[in-house]
Amino acid sequence: MADIAPLQALARDLRARIIETSSRTGTPHLASCLSCVDILTVLYFSVLRVDPAEPRSPTRDRFILSKGHGAPALFQVLAKRGFYPEAMLDSYGEDGGVFAEHPPTPDHLAGIEAATGSLGHGLPLGLGMALAGRIQRQPYNVYAVLSDGECNEGSVWEAAMLAAAQRVSNLCVIVDFNKWQATGRSQEVMALDPLADKWRAFGWSAVEVDGHDLAALERELRRFPAGDGRPTAIIAHTIKGKGVSFMEDDNNWHYRIPSPEEVVAAKKELGIAA
Amino acid sequence: MRNAFADEMTRLAQEDPRVVLLSGDIGNKLFDKLKAVDEARFYNCGVAEANMMGVAAGMALSGLRPFVYTITPFTTTRCFEQIRVDVCYHHAPVVIVGTGSGLSYAELGPTHHSLEDMAILRTLPGMQVLAPCDSTELRLALREVLKGDSPAYIRIGKKGEPAIHAQPPKFRIGEAIVVRPGNDVALLCAGNMMSETLKAADILAARGVSAEVVSFHTVKPLDPGYLGGAPERFRLLATVEEHGRAGGFGSAVAEWFVAHGRQVPQISFGTDDAFMHEVGSQEYARRKFGLTGDNIAARVLARLT
Repeated sequence: MADIAPLQALARDLRARIIETSSRTGTPHLASCLSCVDILTVLYFSVLRVDPAEPRSPTRDRFILSKGHGAPALFQVLAKRGFYPEAMLDSYGEDGGVFAEHPPTPDHLAGIEAATGSLGHGLPLGLGMALAGRIQRQPYNVYAVLSDGECNEGSVWEAAMLAAAQRVSNLCVIVDFNKWQATGRSQEVMALDPLADKWRAFGWSAVEVDGHDLAALERELRRFPAGDGRPTAIIAHTIKGKGVSFMEDDNNWHYRIPSPEEVVAAKKELGIAA
Repeated sequence: MRNAFADEMTRLAQEDPRVVLLSGDIGNKLFDKLKAVDEARFYNCGVAEANMMGVAAGMALSGLRPFVYTITPFTTTRCFEQIRVDVCYHHAPVVIVGTGSGLSYAELGPTHHSLEDMAILRTLPGMQVLAPCDSTELRLALREVLKGDSPAYIRIGKKGEPAIHAQPPKFRIGEAIVVRPGNDVALLCAGNMMSETLKAADILAARGVSAEVVSFHTVKPLDPGYLGGAPERFRLLATVEEHGRAGGFGSAVAEWFVAHGRQVPQISFGTDDAFMHEVGSQEYARRKFGLTGDNIAARVLARLT
């Protein structure tokens, strides 16, 4: 096991940047970003075979943030990973730019594989990319991060069935299972439980993991592909607003924007200098 | 037309390793020859059209050229959002093919009619909308869209449509084909209504009216050269389509003239603002909506006198 401390430091720094940007630009979905940032950190800084110098390389692994409202987190991660200069994010939220609430199309920002934001689109797109890899004999993997609320969408389960029928083993779903959707508990709105069993019943290899335990995430991501032809679902148990005590598991932060004072308090908790 | 589609797709799959066909659980045995070319480039995506469209977009974004095929309502209205976001927003070169368009499946009832497909798809930025009039035009249309790199929608009939072209015509996207020259009125047909349109021209000729018959196989982009010359050449234009009058080919032509500050008398032949609640054959349904050579000729004559 590699030393996990550098990844933890990265995730802390990314959290601070996401919170600052939300406050400065009035960008919502802060808590949704904080619940998936650990997953994105492990993927981009340990798992994905991507090269910022060659973002369209045919052999690259593909990553789709199917929960497109987590884009404020992805924008920070891609900059940190070197797909574009971090200074580009100074224009966040400005008219005429590309950084706002959802990912733009791949033609408009390096590192983006799909413009998401309407839920239930990323997994079918990713399945098409995974099948294309098989047809073209390119050995890449495709990863998609979905939210639990997104699993309300029927198209997610349509894709799950076809992926299993076609034995698309190079496809990995990570569900950011923070137990909330926009207006309520995901279990109360659409009875998601038992979520891992649902994926298993659909023919996937499914495993549950603490979505904020970077070492555990890395371990499960490295076990993929399953080796028996099944696609992989990693159900990552997460906490909405993770990392800031007054945001954790408080769904008001789905839309709330932090004040400058709250940014200072959050950064203090994260151990990041103001 | 669907047999011609399967045959031409087999040829294209042989010629171009990027070509992939996705079908929504229809066409049993229709694609056996294509599967024999390369089984890895045919996918029965099941009865799950939203996913099928997203999968096609993902393939197109990875360098393949997917063609998506199922019955028209299910490959258009059923998955419109996937077409809008996954295909058009990404400008992914997916070719959507709807079979049994218009009233081809009249007997199956309004769930299987498609009288809105051209109207909604032509609203999407970058989408080409094609309605070939026979199997020859369909084969040429499939080849032409593959040469470009834009999304396309091709609406086709079922089987047994009459052949219009004895020889393959020159076919370019956005260039109308004059099937029969004339100089009093122009009958512009989009899609499978061509034989009724020709019948209308015959009736008009017997009454001393010279009708030009044109295959407007491309509804988007329209042919600006043809439309631009029409007001000087004709006293009247008639658009003919097996599709609702609201938003379809006739609407597109009318919009073109408004946008270009031109005026020409126009009659739009298409279906009414109504679902068909009684059963009937395609011929019955066409009569109900006035989509017959007799009715087209009669209304054109009434307008000219």
